[in-house]
Amino acid sequence: MQQTNSESKQGSLANAMSWLDARFPATETFEYHMSKYYAPKNFNFFYYFGWLATFVLVNQLVTGIWLTMNYVPSGDAAFASVEYIMRDVEFGWLIRYLHSTGASAFFVVVFLHMYRALMYGSYRGPRELLWLIGMAIFIALMAEGFFGYLLPWGNMSYWGAQVIVSLAGAIPYVGADLMEWVRGDFLMSEVALNRFFALHVVALPIVLLGLVFVHFVALHHVGSNNPDGIEIKKNKDENGVPVDGIPFHPYYTVHDIHATVVFLFLFCAVVFFAPEMGGYFIEKPNFEVANPLKTPEHIAPVWYYTPYYAMLRAATFPLFGLDAKFWGLVTMAAAVIIPAALPWLDRSPVKSMRYKGILSKAALGIFVVSFIILGVLGVLPAEKEYTILAQICTMLYFAYFVLMPWYTRVEQTKPEPERVTS
Amino acid sequence: MRKLAKVFFSLAMVGLFIGAPFSWSAAKNDWPMEAFEPDLTNLPSLQNGFKVYANHCLGCHSLQYQRYGRTADDLGIPRELALESVVFTGQKIGELITTSMDPEQAKAWFGAAPPDLTLEARLRSPEWIYNYMKTFYVDEDRPLGANNGVYPNVGMPNVLLHLQGVQRYDAETGQLFLEPGTGSLSAEEFDQVIYDLTNFLYYVGEPNRLERQRLGIYVLLFLVILGTFTYLLNREFWKDVH
Amino acid sequence: MGLKPKVFKSQVLKTVEQTALSTGDAVHDAPTGDSSNSDGSSRRYFLIQATSVVGAAGAVGAAWPFVSYWSPSEKAKALGAPVKIDLSKLAPGEMLSPIVAWRGKPVFVVRRDADTLASLETDTEMLADPDSAVAEQQPDFAVNAWRSERKEYGIFLGVCTHLGCSPKYVVTDNFVETGQGGFFCPCHGSRFDMAGRVVKGVPAPSNLEVPPYRFESDTVVLIG
Repeated sequence: MQQTNSESKQGSLANAMSWLDARFPATETFEYHMSKYYAPKNFNFFYYFGWLATFVLVNQLVTGIWLTMNYVPSGDAAFASVEYIMRDVEFGWLIRYLHSTGASAFFVVVFLHMYRALMYGSYRGPRELLWLIGMAIFIALMAEGFFGYLLPWGNMSYWGAQVIVSLAGAIPYVGADLMEWVRGDFLMSEVALNRFFALHVVALPIVLLGLVFVHFVALHHVGSNNPDGIEIKKNKDENGVPVDGIPFHPYYTVHDIHATVVFLFLFCAVVFFAPEMGGYFIEKPNFEVANPLKTPEHIAPVWYYTPYYAMLRAATFPLFGLDAKFWGLVTMAAAVIIPAALPWLDRSPVKSMRYKGILSKAALGIFVVSFIILGVLGVLPAEKEYTILAQICTMLYFAYFVLMPWYTRVEQTKPEPERVTS
Repeated sequence: MRKLAKVFFSLAMVGLFIGAPFSWSAAKNDWPMEAFEPDLTNLPSLQNGFKVYANHCLGCHSLQYQRYGRTADDLGIPRELALESVVFTGQKIGELITTSMDPEQAKAWFGAAPPDLTLEARLRSPEWIYNYMKTFYVDEDRPLGANNGVYPNVGMPNVLLHLQGVQRYDAETGQLFLEPGTGSLSAEEFDQVIYDLTNFLYYVGEPNRLERQRLGIYVLLFLVILGTFTYLLNREFWKDVH
Repeated sequence: MGLKPKVFKSQVLKTVEQTALSTGDAVHDAPTGDSSNSDGSSRRYFLIQATSVVGAAGAVGAAWPFVSYWSPSEKAKALGAPVKIDLSKLAPGEMLSPIVAWRGKPVFVVRRDADTLASLETDTEMLADPDSAVAEQQPDFAVNAWRSERKEYGIFLGVCTHLGCSPKYVVTDNFVETGQGGFFCPCHGSRFDMAGRVVKGVPAPSNLEVPPYRFESDTVVLIG
């Protein structure tokens, strides 16, 4: 039989695929993870952010590699190499802004991604491990951002790193030695720059990629949650397919492609028209080179660390013979880590905020508002009224978690539906 | 209800960040600043600013991250002409704009080495530079005889005294008074010089700014077009889902 | 770059489209990836095609800065800029010293006397490429017996065309049995005459490269 041109093309492609499939689980993997992976059909706006986080990760990796081609990690040349990229390398300015905006975009997307979990109980069983892996990614991401921020070797880079590393000094007995060990020197110097470069460019990206991989594996093993918080796998048809599920490919691939374009519009609007974002994405003091003898008027971390920084500063009095600096460090560390306990703190009979009671809704609302206020306070200088507000918001932040076993149990919840609602 | 809350929260967040009262570029002593509108498309202004900088500033202040050749190209100055009019150090056209002043000596003379100014407009703001250059006044108590409204007790001498003329400061009213006829330029002419100089420094701070904005328009336009297709494609597939 | 990525992309996209259009089998009353009426599926097909084309254009546009980024930067271009050489102190029979570099390569400038110039035109039997037939080795103005714009001055890149060593200038050796001297490469024994032309039977395959240059005055030449 004579084949048409396109049929023979299809035929040869099919032959190629069967050759590959005999040697590598290509089609199998695609089906397991995409075309036969059934996701709930009621995903809403908050379900874009996992994919967008992956997209931003790819952006950071690619632009980061490109920047590393021209960046020089030495105290003498780092700052100049960044300006070299900005001026003398073709499109260097664009790659740089993609990377710096991408760092902020990463945190926007990750915060919204985590918020989704808080709203819909995505951390509840059987997704506890998924949540813990996510927490590990979050912590690795904070470290990655911290190490990366020193690299431009601007004055804010230097002093920001100086302040954060000196937090280690607050730990009793081992503090001072630990600081020296991290810095590799008696003061913050290019020794720290060199090692932070290795950590930022090699070590943590490997860690992040590994964690993101197992994050996907864990997710696909149990399947996604959804805004109604019900398990779609409990209701399958005669073929074993969840009745409320749709194949990820093509429905969510097409869905996410559109979301990516919308995201890119907002992202590029910033990259091309406001890359400094008023000094919040690229901080003004960083336009002069690191100067150990000249502290910027106001040291503030980049915006995505400010809620935690505000909590650190909120600890203003010593306790049990340990100074306030130590308790600040403890508070900050606890604030970062405590969300990991959520799967075990949440005792509600229902998963999703849609069916939880008024107490949970209020607690989440208060939590979000406190977190935002803390973020703003972290940028401002530490004045008296601000400190009290920071202390109150810190208490409210922790109250969300600490009181959760109680309020999730005592409140009146609504019954969960059998099938998903839109 | 929930949607409204989300919209409110996002607006509040944006508002809080934009409205945060903290500003890095404010003058240390809250000097009232005259407004400054840069214009990167005004090539004659930028060219003049380059010349002013080379003649009056380059002796002490380098622009060490910027190259002569690139500056000449961006400003529409033929490279041969640039070599003649602004390169005094025997450097080649492709080289970085450095100064020959020794930083150690400078520190001894002025108390601090004159900083490199490539990024000054981004570090402080063009408005700050504009006002700074215009608010030098006579002050016998200072080692070099001059003080500054925007940056009190600055170590820099009033290098443009001969152009601007003698300016005095009345501490009671907080006003500056320019003695007419003491400078080679009129007040408007001097104003223009400082405008051009500041405009030039604004360009040097980010030479790719105009290109960035130009490309941005095309990128956003393209994304709108692509977004229309992806929207339609998405809607078409989701017709299947009930 | 050309067409290849687009052709490859369309092959891949066809496979993706096929999977997209044929997900019917494994799903019950749920969506199948194609619509029941033919208008729907042709519309779907059109939209996939159209979006792919626009998307591919976007991908090329997005890749462009990353490719461009690798081009020589302003620093490389500045370092590769033309170099001026002053010839006023160069005597006949001498090579300019110290050796000037252009784009990281040594530039040999020799001033040839009248005898040498005469022999360049006649003593060509031992040469592999006496007429400078290999076009890449010199600009058009150097396709002559003295391989230069001005007879007196021979200007060559001091890079042996075998494996890149820097040849030595030999003044008095009975070099090509005419006693005129030339260039001898110590690495593998290649020899070039006073016009940089390679002799037969040596490892180097071609004449020494003549860089682009022009004389700004009788004693100043601009290389590059």
